[in-house]
Amino acid sequence: MGIIRFEKVTKSFKDQLVLNELDLDIAEGKTTVIVGRSGGGKSVLLKHAIGLIKPDSGEIFIDGKPTTKLGEFAHNELRKIFGMLFQEAALFDSMTVFENVAFPLREHTRKSAAEIATIVKERLNAVGLVRVDKKMPSELSGGMRKRVGLARALVLNPRIVLFDEPTTGLDPIMTKAINSLIIDTQRHFNLTCVVISHDVESIFEIGDDIALLYDGKIVEHSDTFSMRNSTNPLVKQFFSGSQEGPIQII
Amino acid sequence: MANAAISLLESLGIAAIRICAEAGGVLLLLIASLRWMFIPPFRIKEIIQQMEFVGVKSLLIVLLTGCFTGMVMTLQIYYGFKMFSAESLVGSTVALALLRELAPVLTALMVTARAGSAIAAYLGTMRVTEQIDALCVMAVNPVKYLVVPRIIACVFMMPLLTVFANFMGIIASYFVAVKILGINEGIFIANIVKYCGLSDLYNGLLKATCFGFLIAVISCYKGFYTSGGAEGVGRATTEAVVASALAVLVCDYIITAMML
Ligand SMILES: Nc1ncnc2c1ncn2[C@@H]1O[C@H](COP(=O)(O)OP(=O)(O)O)[C@@H](O)[C@H]1O
Ligand SMILES: [Mg+2]
Repeated sequence: MGIIRFEKVTKSFKDQLVLNELDLDIAEGKTTVIVGRSGGGKSVLLKHAIGLIKPDSGEIFIDGKPTTKLGEFAHNELRKIFGMLFQEAALFDSMTVFENVAFPLREHTRKSAAEIATIVKERLNAVGLVRVDKKMPSELSGGMRKRVGLARALVLNPRIVLFDEPTTGLDPIMTKAINSLIIDTQRHFNLTCVVISHDVESIFEIGDDIALLYDGKIVEHSDTFSMRNSTNPLVKQFFSGSQEGPIQII
Repeated sequence: MANAAISLLESLGIAAIRICAEAGGVLLLLIASLRWMFIPPFRIKEIIQQMEFVGVKSLLIVLLTGCFTGMVMTLQIYYGFKMFSAESLVGSTVALALLRELAPVLTALMVTARAGSAIAAYLGTMRVTEQIDALCVMAVNPVKYLVVPRIIACVFMMPLLTVFANFMGIIASYFVAVKILGINEGIFIANIVKYCGLSDLYNGLLKATCFGFLIAVISCYKGFYTSGGAEGVGRATTEAVVASALAVLVCDYIITAMML
């Protein structure tokens, strides 16, 4: 049993069914990439893993423990092993870049101001940002915001990191840089990473496992090699981007 | 005809259900805030920040409000009281009206317009840009971090602002009455001292405290549960102002009726 496990998770918003009895088992210490159509429910899936959204039915296990009935305090404790990068970065726009990255350190560690300053600087450099620490998030480009979000998500060295489209909207060079940052961090700390991505090249570069979300279910979940050679028409169509096949455009 | 009556009843029913649901939501948020208010760590820095925003930054408009209310009330009361030669009571009447009623209510309406709308817009923006989710993910409870400091700030700052509005209103009234309308200075002051007691001040401050509480809880609720992007934030802000202002007026009547 993996570190994150979805069992028959169903979620609908009003009358729109987004997740339909979805099963998914995410292995510890690996990078699992979740792929699927835009609006297919990938972000919703990720938010279930960290308890931001509660399922209508079904259960989500973290480290083998069921989480959907946890109270506020217990869930808060559990979240400390997670880091998350949001699709739109979700930086605190009333704080500077520095304060954003320092926020988790100030909340959850007893480090001194000097230590925090060193760590934040180092983490910002690691995502290729220099001399932006005094800027406000509104003064940054989308890609820079995303990198600040990445630094913030990783600053407490979490065991599990959820990435919601970490490289969407970045130029090819930055995409490569972020991908190798994810790979290096994952290897160095033996992290469990769950990544949502649309970029076929990145998917195969960073992924150990790939799961295809389609029509509210995980229709295929295996390692990159089998995925690449899959005969499943859904998988083939998704990676070729073809208009022909079982996935309808509308 | 019957159909029209039924559909009227139906829309009334829907409105009633909505109001109950909203009131329930406000109550739940309130309970959560009260719980988190007493769980350490206490967010002193955020509380002080909010106190500055709600209190210090509203001071100027509250002083202006108090000033012009005192002035115009003095003119109006003078106009009325002159008819039966009771000009000597103008000062005490204005002061009583300010202390018991006008200062707390008008201050509350100004704070609603300034701070309530800002609270709803700020929390609403944080909600729709997933900043509130980000707080949760970082294991920081958003009710404790965002809502509690705002409630504390409004509850403490409203009575303080009201004191300033009282003070400014009475001073302004003095100038209009004594310097412009020519009422005898000694009589003006003596009657204020004679007819206005500390209980009138306290009564007004009690109201102000309740208003501050209402404004904070309603505005936080509207902002905290915003959905639907930028448009949703706009809607939440408008609703926060309208609902807070109405709540202030209704609550004002209830407290007045209970205290008389
Ligand atoms: N909080 C919400 N309320 C209502 N509908 C939502 C909410 N979150 C997501 N949805 C809907 O669920 C569907 C899946 O969204 P999402 O998970 O963001 O897709 P994506 O796979 O592109 O990340 C979308 O149709 C979206 O409109
Ligand atoms: Mg998404």
